[in-house]
Amino acid sequence: MAVGKSVGRVDAYEKVTGRALYTEDMAPQGALVARVVRATIANGRVKGFDLAAALGVPGVVKIVTCFDVPEIDFPTAGHPWSTDTGHQDIADRRLLNRRVRVYGDDIAAIIAEDMVAASRAARLIRVEYEEYPPFTAIEQALDEHVTRLHDFAPGNVLKATEYRFGEGTFEAACEGSVVLTKDYRVQTVQHCHLELPVSFAYMEKGRVVVVSSTQIPHIVRRVVGQALGIPWGKVRVIKPYIGGGFGNKQDVLYEPLNAFLTMRVGGRPVRLELTREETMASTRVRHAMNLTIASAARPDGKLVGRKLVGYSNQGGYASHGHAIISNTASGFRHLYESQVIEARVSTVYTNIAAGGAMRGYGIPQIIFALESHMDDLALRLHMDPLALRRMNAMRPGYRDPGTGITALSSGLMACLDKGERHIRWAEKRKAYANQTGDVRRGVGMAMFSYKTGVHPISLEMASCRMLLNEDGSMQLQVGATEIGQGADTVLTQMAAESTGIPMEQVHIVSVQDTDVSPFDFGAYASRQTYVTGMAVKRTGAIFRQKILSYAAKMLDCPAEKLSLADGRVLDADGNVLLPLEALATEAVYSLKHAATHITAEASYQCEDNTFSFGCCFAEIEVDIPVGKLRVVDIINVHDSGVLINPKLAEAQVHGGMSMGLGYGLSEQLLYSEKGMPLNDNLLDYKLPTAMDTPELTVSFVETVDPTGPFGNKALGEPPAIPVAPAVRNALLHATGVAVDSLPLTPQKLVEHFMDAGLIDP
Amino acid sequence: MKIIRVNVNGRDMEVAVDERESLADTLRERLRLTSVKKGCEVGECGACTVLVDGRAIDSCIYLAVWAEGRRVLTVEGITGPGGELSPIQQAFVEEAAIQCGFCTPGLIMTAVEIVGTGRRYTRDELRKLIAGHLCRCTGYQNILNAMERVAGVAQRVGGE
Ligand code: FES
Ligand code: FES
Repeated sequence: MAVGKSVGRVDAYEKVTGRALYTEDMAPQGALVARVVRATIANGRVKGFDLAAALGVPGVVKIVTCFDVPEIDFPTAGHPWSTDTGHQDIADRRLLNRRVRVYGDDIAAIIAEDMVAASRAARLIRVEYEEYPPFTAIEQALDEHVTRLHDFAPGNVLKATEYRFGEGTFEAACEGSVVLTKDYRVQTVQHCHLELPVSFAYMEKGRVVVVSSTQIPHIVRRVVGQALGIPWGKVRVIKPYIGGGFGNKQDVLYEPLNAFLTMRVGGRPVRLELTREETMASTRVRHAMNLTIASAARPDGKLVGRKLVGYSNQGGYASHGHAIISNTASGFRHLYESQVIEARVSTVYTNIAAGGAMRGYGIPQIIFALESHMDDLALRLHMDPLALRRMNAMRPGYRDPGTGITALSSGLMACLDKGERHIRWAEKRKAYANQTGDVRRGVGMAMFSYKTGVHPISLEMASCRMLLNEDGSMQLQVGATEIGQGADTVLTQMAAESTGIPMEQVHIVSVQDTDVSPFDFGAYASRQTYVTGMAVKRTGAIFRQKILSYAAKMLDCPAEKLSLADGRVLDADGNVLLPLEALATEAVYSLKHAATHITAEASYQCEDNTFSFGCCFAEIEVDIPVGKLRVVDIINVHDSGVLINPKLAEAQVHGGMSMGLGYGLSEQLLYSEKGMPLNDNLLDYKLPTAMDTPELTVSFVETVDPTGPFGNKALGEPPAIPVAPAVRNALLHATGVAVDSLPLTPQKLVEHFMDAGLIDP
Repeated sequence: MKIIRVNVNGRDMEVAVDERESLADTLRERLRLTSVKKGCEVGECGACTVLVDGRAIDSCIYLAVWAEGRRVLTVEGITGPGGELSPIQQAFVEEAAIQCGFCTPGLIMTAVEIVGTGRRYTRDELRKLIAGHLCRCTGYQNILNAMERVAGVAQRVGGE
């Protein structure tokens, strides 16, 4: 059995020796460099440039401005393309934009011999703008007096949708119920993958090649084609190892511009690497949202009505657009059952960085609001928050009325039990109930459900190829991408499992090259083990069958009587008939049987989905006068179905917990009133360091999901989801103070404690 | 351009560098030691950490000309001649302390510095010693486990 074992990463050696090649490591020496010229206003229009001085800088090769690019608006979201025009992503930006919608918007690009020349030239470019008043907040964008950022979006509303399921209305459910309505706010944060977005592009045989740090090579190929107005087959995208993505690289960032620039210099290699500041200000962010939740419950705690009204701050460009808060709204629906549920959500354009995909895709936002709300409701009902959740939580077999997704496996209750035991819930809830003094402790928790992949909202498809080498080893090729999460390793395990070829004999091709790799949409939505995993399993079955058919010919016996295990062909009694090595050599060089290269390839359209679950329990200590919150103990418990590689799964959860702690305690991308980013660097933007991170405890409840290729379901994104609300609820327990926005910084806590009378003004 | 004499990974060499050039760029671009990663180029992330005369520094904010006459060590230099892993690298592998791998070479070099002191450290001390490195993938948990294996005391400190 290869699946279920904590085997080491297949890329570990390359990574600890520094031999793993990332995009920038592969850039040809002597490549030209590109630097994007960025707007120094947040809202307005470029009227013209004075390039004379910049063009005079030695080493400057060419300057391209927003007046020189194709008049093509293109979408950037890393979604499967929809052939239905009504469902296509919004095309609202150009390679370089005349209409400025974000401070730092891309308005021109310099190609130079080196970065020193490019930077000098950038400083010498004079830009004439027509300026409009910028707006950064949702409330401002909805004001009828502000300018419209995109012509097709009146009132700056990109899109608004609503749903209602169940019996009656929310208002009717309120009659005779305890009703609680509250607002929650979550902030803008950035992915902060350690490797910056970088690509280089060149031309070869009349085609453009882009090597890029991306999660979605096949989608990048399509968007480069769309943005440049060239056939998609004229584009080749190569994806080497990447230094993290977390959703930011599930967007097409600067690959189209990079492709355009190389074409403008006759196909010479051009390298385009962003700085950290550019990455934070001008790529994508997690959407800030204002979420109002109303609940109607019977006095015993049973929820009867639930309602959400939400607004999402989209920033200047659509990127993943309304898909994110739509997911927020469906996440709201799933976790708890009630007679009636309704939601109305809107996505609003503003003059800040575009919101895109980020680990959890709108769910960390709603789980913060919802799980804070559940604790607030429990307080109102004088109930234990855990008991309130158990009473109302999604039950096994639940079928979502919106999508039909059904909870075919659920370890949610078992996760709660484990978390409860670890933190010693009952004992500590009681012990910390009536504290006085400056330093207090509290325990809190939060839970979540999360879908696996994107069906039926969007298309799900993956493919895989297997090639037998003459020595009985194989190459495994997928279009799915390793982005640090361990995909190459678990897909190798799955290939071994489904073929009977030992793991050491499975050689995965880590680089995706759209000229060579089978098609896959890429790394997002925690989909690869589930969707690509099934493609690997199916291809494995075909591959194994072909091997056994060849063995049958060699051994002159029916293939049905044979099996393949541990690299050997066995008979029905398990006797070794033939080492695979002998078969593989014979197959290619056979003089007796037909010489053949044994290969298999299959793609798989996934029309399933399933819920994974989990929770976080946290104990905190807060020093009230200084507003300092310390996490004393924290555990995440996950039901992600069968774990393909428990050790890597645990590591994945650690990273998610850390990201959740950053979201909860310290991270926030700040903007001035003029829309200028204020902390777009890793010094002022507070990413957790080792000193800010407590010991992280991880536990699992392994269910067997009937739809997963090996009983597995989503794991990549979920760990980041429940952490922030668990900590917030622990703070509520410790102090009685409900903080309804993130992050829980000392300054904010002190303000709240003063309002609550815990600190004398 | 200026010629500097420097020992890199045990080899004495002369390298022509631009006087404005960072050591990180010299190592990456001129010597093709691409284990040296850059995540910020302003000394905030630690990805570019190398040892200069045994001390861990952010090579992105260290001018190449300052390395004149010094010994520079990168991850390429701690891997054995036959590709053997050092105990530190081995610990990173075994503790699953690697994910995207972009912070890894820098952290390993800091680990080399720490081990080089010959002292044992508590987990909390290790936390402080690696606080100049950012890692977005691991929550530092397994990195600390790996460090503890090679430079730590038996029992865990921190948490409760
Ligand atoms: S690249 Fe040197 S510290 Fe970030
Ligand atoms: S492993 Fe990705 S940043 Fe540390």
